Amino acid sequence: MNSPHWGPIPSVRRDRVVPPLLALVAFLAGWQLLVFVGNYPTFILPGPVVVGRRFVVAWTDGTLAPHVIATLAEIGLGFFAGALAGMLTGYVLARSRLANRVLSPYLVAAQAVPILALAPLIALWFGSGLFAHSMIVALIVFFPVAVSTMVAVRGVDRRLLEMARSYRVTRGQRLRMVELPAALPGILGGLRIGVTLAVVGAIVAEWTGGETGLGVLINLARGSLFDIPLMFAALLTIALIGVALYGVVLLVERRYAIPAS
Amino acid sequence: MSAEPGRALSEPGPPARDGSVPAIRLDGVRFGFKIDGRQTEVIGGLHLEIAPRSIVALVGPNGCGKSTLLRVIAGLLPARTGTVEVEGRPVAGPDSRVGLVFQEPRLLPWRSAFANIAFPLEVAGRDRDARERRVTDLLGLVGLRDWSRARPAELSGGMRQRVAIARALALEPAVLLLDEPFSALDSLTRERFNVELLRLWARIGATIVLVTHSIAEAVFLADRVLVLSPRPAQLVADVAVDLARPRLPGDLDAATVTRTAAEIRAHLQGATDDAFAVAAGDVPAHPQPDQAIP
Repeated sequence: MNSPHWGPIPSVRRDRVVPPLLALVAFLAGWQLLVFVGNYPTFILPGPVVVGRRFVVAWTDGTLAPHVIATLAEIGLGFFAGALAGMLTGYVLARSRLANRVLSPYLVAAQAVPILALAPLIALWFGSGLFAHSMIVALIVFFPVAVSTMVAVRGVDRRLLEMARSYRVTRGQRLRMVELPAALPGILGGLRIGVTLAVVGAIVAEWTGGETGLGVLINLARGSLFDIPLMFAALLTIALIGVALYGVVLLVERRYAIPAS
Repeated sequence: MSAEPGRALSEPGPPARDGSVPAIRLDGVRFGFKIDGRQTEVIGGLHLEIAPRSIVALVGPNGCGKSTLLRVIAGLLPARTGTVEVEGRPVAGPDSRVGLVFQEPRLLPWRSAFANIAFPLEVAGRDRDARERRVTDLLGLVGLRDWSRARPAELSGGMRQRVAIARALALEPAVLLLDEPFSALDSLTRERFNVELLRLWARIGATIVLVTHSIAEAVFLADRVLVLSPRPAQLVADVAVDLARPRLPGDLDAATVTRTAAEIRAHLQGATDDAFAVAAGDVPAHPQPDQAIP
């Protein structure tokens, strides 16, 4: 089946590709200009050409790959666990007044504590391996997903629920056939926020310790290696990961979320 | 619409009251809501028997509990006291013997017309083949065979309500309850839908109970018109409509129509002055109350 979301007319796609490309070129030119005019040394602000070259080298000589894999594993595991827990909690909060009353204050309090402050504690308790890092990712993903799920499920049209009840739906059928599809756009909105936060969470987690990961690499590049272009290359990689993951969620959204009415 | 083989084309006459099991029986049904901590009675002790394959219209002032009564019959709301029986067996909770069509279509916007009609069949666990066959039949019945893949947003208001009716019929209920089903439609469409509803009724042979604000509509469709009082709803009058079937607009005994409509109006007027205002003025589809049948 062909996807309806690809622009059928070439000029439409060109419209969508050309302006962002021009913006990118302008950004890189400005950056290079800044380095040129300010005459900054490479260890303060390397130019885009230097960073680009370092990026390519770091990929080809195998410096980046293990760190990227480690970070992606943390993001994947943590996002999955955090999003799942967030959706479950959000659903329970939406459907149980008791749970809402008991849990809500703790949730808000937990969210008010910055993950940056929590990360060292988790490192202390759980070390600095994949598990501990994924846990930090999960924690940071959890809240926006839980809240958006709660709001979305609460917003499901009561008239549709009554209609479903008149056909004697079970709880499972109601969830699968009515609540989940009706709440999906809202839930996906939460996942979209969650996926970018997951990248932040992974880097923060890696700063508290660990052997591999892009956060670790940034620390190394800034410290013992003193390779600022490498640090920029790592930053670039992080940004690309964020954009790519965001794009994946967007694709899922376009494929599955049909807005109500 | 072409005739389907093996099915009677003519509408059945008024139902025989031969002591057979009534399609619906209400015995002392009371229902109340708690509003601001105070119990408010909405339905106050209703006794009713509705014959199988008949059409009964419920009329009454706004907020008198007509919609609530339909929900009690459908098992969506429990009667506080008294019993509701469909085909001689009590209704306890939502029931597949009763199909309910709401005032709004209440379709699932992410599902096609086909999948919306299939919803009750999926819930009931029918297999794919059975669903396909039944939904195809129903789409034909409501004249939407060409629209099976359309989403609700792509359908007109009238088409959506037809999908909703087809969905309510999916499990072959003995009783079809309609809560002002055509109130959102313009008067011309509404008239056409009433004719279609009668044709549908003749084919499926279900008992129909419908709530309406239009005396003209009630007279055109029903065998009996039940006039309800303001809250708590009680039966004020039970008016028989002695019009031959099949009925077509413009082909009715004008004298009977006028007399019956006047009788219903008098009962409504007797119920309250407010009720008269509702019956006479608040029905945009029928702005002229004196004109009994369009």
